[in-house]
Amino acid sequence: MTLTQAEKAAVIAIWAKVATQADAIGAESLERLFCSYPQTKTYFPHFDLSQGSAQLRGHGSKVMNAIGEAVKHIDDIRGALAKLSELHAYILRVDPVNFKLLSHCILCSVAARYPSDFTPEVHAAWDKFLSSVSSVLTEKYR
Amino acid sequence: MVHWSAEEKQLITSLWSKVNVEECGAEALARLLIVYPWTQRFFDNFGNLSSPTAILGNPKVRAHGKKVLTSFGEAVKNLDNLKATYSKLSELHCEKLHVDPENFRLLGDILIIVLAAHFAKDFTPACQATWQKLVGVVAHALAYKYH
Repeated sequence: MTLTQAEKAAVIAIWAKVATQADAIGAESLERLFCSYPQTKTYFPHFDLSQGSAQLRGHGSKVMNAIGEAVKHIDDIRGALAKLSELHAYILRVDPVNFKLLSHCILCSVAARYPSDFTPEVHAAWDKFLSSVSSVLTEKYR
Repeated sequence: MVHWSAEEKQLITSLWSKVNVEECGAEALARLLIVYPWTQRFFDNFGNLSSPTAILGNPKVRAHGKKVLTSFGEAVKNLDNLKATYSKLSELHCEKLHVDPENFRLLGDILIIVLAAHFAKDFTPACQATWQKLVGVVAHALAYKYH
């Protein structure tokens, strides 16, 4: 799946806004993930997952930074996330299904904060973009 | 049978009371057709679905979106009896429409995103969790009669 020029533009445009609240959106997305899909907490036995926890914010930040890197290198997401791809494949081994769940929660957080910007076209572009990111992160699994 | 806590029922019914079924239904179905274009194959007779603009303005999409979400309202009214509520619709989708049940999950998630966009801060993680449970059991009830 490749992004069209229009889709890349839509991703980049929204990212400019999202980036201003990246930490909060990252933390909120994780909070949504753990609330709606409690089984995902299995990857964070060492974390304080309560609302507003420093670890939640810190990890949300990490996730959003990585997404930011993918946006910055939208023509070469594979290159930009190569190290993360290896990390997920060989060390974290996060079940692939969870990327869809987190992507969905990120879309919810973005939609909640930027409803008028989150048009159906932008929604489609972001869904595709996050799918691409997820693909890259799981492509070395086997 | 699915168990709903008092808090979950409250989160569902209070949000539902503020939902504009026609608008949200139309938007949810339009987004499904735009974000997951393969779903358009179930709506060959809907006319122009050639672009997001065409889909959003298509009166058949709006009407069908309203129909779908109105039916969802039945779920909200019958939280303790979803399988029976969706029994006939399940047969319809299986035997006549041949819709793969995965699409019920896709539409459910799209509805969640539409609700997030409409209710913003009020669509808290706890609220979302309850609604994810609801769309999940509705999808399950719709898929129940498949064989």
